[in-house]
Amino acid sequence: MNNVTDKLLGISTDPLLSFKQKAHYLATEADASLPYFPLSEGLKLAMEQGTVCDLHEGHAPYKPRYVLPDYGKFLKQGSAYLELEAPEDFDEALNCLSILYHHVPSVTGMPVFLGHLDQILLPFAKGLSEELIYKKLRLFWIMLDRTLPDAFVHVNIGPDDNVICRAILRIDAELKQIVPNLTFMYDPAVTSDELLRLVTANICKCSKPHVANYPMHRDTFDEQGFGIVSCYNSLPLAGGSNTLVRLNLKNVAEQSASADEFFENTLPRFADLVFELIEFRTAFLHEQSGFFDSFLVREGLISEKRFAPMYGIFGMAEAVNILAAKEGRTDRYGHQAWANDLGCKISSELEKIVAAKKLQYAWRNMALLHSQAGLSSDKGVTPGVRIPYGDEPDPVEHIKALARHHQYYPAGVSEILTIDETVKSNTEAMFQLCKGALALGLREFTANVSSNDLVRVTGFMIKLSDIKKFKEEGSRKNTTCLGAEAAETVGILKRAPRVISYELASGER
Amino acid sequence: MNSLQANVSKLFTFSCVDGPGNRLVIFFQGCNFNCLTCHNPHTIGICNHCGDCIAVCADKALSMNKQGKVVWDSSICTQCDKCVEICPESSSPKTRRYTVDDILNIIMENRYFLSGITVSGGEATMQLPFVIELFKAIKNNDELEHLTCFVDSNGFLSEKGWARILPYLDGVMVDLKAWQNENHQWLTGRSNHRVFRSIRYLAAHQKLHEIRLIYIPKIQDMDEHIDSLTELVQDLPDSVNIRLNAFGIHGVVGDAKKWEPCSQEQLNAFADRLYKKGITRLTKTEVFQ
Repeated sequence: MNNVTDKLLGISTDPLLSFKQKAHYLATEADASLPYFPLSEGLKLAMEQGTVCDLHEGHAPYKPRYVLPDYGKFLKQGSAYLELEAPEDFDEALNCLSILYHHVPSVTGMPVFLGHLDQILLPFAKGLSEELIYKKLRLFWIMLDRTLPDAFVHVNIGPDDNVICRAILRIDAELKQIVPNLTFMYDPAVTSDELLRLVTANICKCSKPHVANYPMHRDTFDEQGFGIVSCYNSLPLAGGSNTLVRLNLKNVAEQSASADEFFENTLPRFADLVFELIEFRTAFLHEQSGFFDSFLVREGLISEKRFAPMYGIFGMAEAVNILAAKEGRTDRYGHQAWANDLGCKISSELEKIVAAKKLQYAWRNMALLHSQAGLSSDKGVTPGVRIPYGDEPDPVEHIKALARHHQYYPAGVSEILTIDETVKSNTEAMFQLCKGALALGLREFTANVSSNDLVRVTGFMIKLSDIKKFKEEGSRKNTTCLGAEAAETVGILKRAPRVISYELASGER
Repeated sequence: MNSLQANVSKLFTFSCVDGPGNRLVIFFQGCNFNCLTCHNPHTIGICNHCGDCIAVCADKALSMNKQGKVVWDSSICTQCDKCVEICPESSSPKTRRYTVDDILNIIMENRYFLSGITVSGGEATMQLPFVIELFKAIKNNDELEHLTCFVDSNGFLSEKGWARILPYLDGVMVDLKAWQNENHQWLTGRSNHRVFRSIRYLAAHQKLHEIRLIYIPKIQDMDEHIDSLTELVQDLPDSVNIRLNAFGIHGVVGDAKKWEPCSQEQLNAFADRLYKKGITRLTKTEVFQ
């Protein structure tokens, strides 16, 4: 108990945390200090190894991991609990949403889904000029960033072209805020090339929005719809995810003598342990926490039956490279066909495993496979099915190597493509890349525009040996990366950055 | 079918700096200029199979075959580039041969990602028959005909040469290395009369996409002749873009390695002088060393 008291005291007196951040961490610590479920020995061991991980969601889950209220329904009916009449104009609609957001829980304490904004606000925009809509939404956008300072608070727009969608794109490129996260739904049957060009030009300016393959998502879910939330999780609308448990494929590969043993023995064995933990967690949430007595359920904004457990995986790259080595091969994930084929085989196998297990507290009685984005405390293991940072081939090869995985991950999968800043004066290249990627079956297109120190300029090639030399020199200098910047900020400003990601940082305390 | 083969240094499926949109770029081996400031001097010469590179290859990826030709095994090559450093011909043993079909297959595989293709190098127009066959094949292919075909050139090709490729060509980007013939001769080993003629010819046929100037302060004579440069640009159609790049020493060999790289301030100063003279359609590089 002393250990817990020390921890709680440490949080309370931490000079680097704001009072809200303290409250969050105190709650997380308290939840983590409760006794855990009576796990099997196998599961306990797997969790100690880090092979099965509960992402520090807490030992007594009192809220679902992600909640996606049907905001459209809310705007049509108002809320009895919140004593709000149904809004009749744009200002009232924005006011209602602003209020409801603070009553939508998630693993971070902040709403991970803010709604399909252009769809739900468009009915209220009649009679308003473009400039007025822009003005009001701009204030709304600033409010979101200053009152919900988590990187994974997420807005969806598209695939239709409308004044709200365009206003949001304009505002997002202008303000370049971290919050909210933004996804544009792209449907080749509906979205014009001109609108997609606008979207990809935005990506060149501020690395947002993400572009979702709308037909692919739409066909995964049902008529009631879906939302893209947090980083890139896709889940049922009017529902969400009750829990996320993830499997470390690198560890599973390390404990397999061969690729055959991996498929026949170790993978199925560890995969089962993930189900065991999912069942404990969902049972507690649905049977004991009382969450589903919430007004969100009573007023029909979410339904208990529409919550899906997410079956997360990560470390695909390392798993493939380890298994290749065990087979005596030098093939590398992301680079050689043999390795890429093995990766796809693993994804396909995981799909079968997940489809075969019936779960009680699960939408369609099944978990949803998810390519998990990693935690900042992960060391030596790559998120999801991504190619390790620093080992990526050029963007086209990158996309081609990974596109085949995407069909297997209904709850979301995303690669981060790093594109040189030279694309800013040739935004057509981003457009072409995005269109090509989605045509190839990528579930989502995410690009980060940032220059490596060696950038290709027109008409010439950079030698691989130069890149190697540069990397060796670079490691001796201070390199800027999120971690280093944050460390500097913390040191200079003597506080944690205003906007962080509670999810990514969840392993750090 | 066609057994024409291209001698190629490298092929990229993604480039946003070699023409509009995302392009497949083919860097052909061999150049008829010999620029002091070349950033890829290993693309200038044609391998004469002297074999000097074989001894320095630590991977044992180079060998001499029975026909007395140097052969490169790319599968064991770690790209240390010792062979390129030692080559006395400004060439490289790491080149590949492609047929038109080889390249068409690569384009097919990547077609959804591409706005078009660009031939560069070296100097692609030294392998004109191949380039013509390639562009023709692209334009005659239902799935690929929408891809634009561009040439990145030093402008040394004759008008007759351009006339042959014109029917299959969408655009050309021409490098103008210096203004005065003497300065040009010193910098590149060639006179620039044909470069100016190519510029005018291509402009007259609406195929000139861009003129590229690598600005080398104090060494190159663009500053002194900025008025004449302005006159030329104003004579050209409005659609022609002028791209300004800053000289850097990355990849450069020889004396030019000691020259001062062009800073952002210097490039901006040069650009400002052009703006003041009424030239507006300038694109400045974002990259400085």
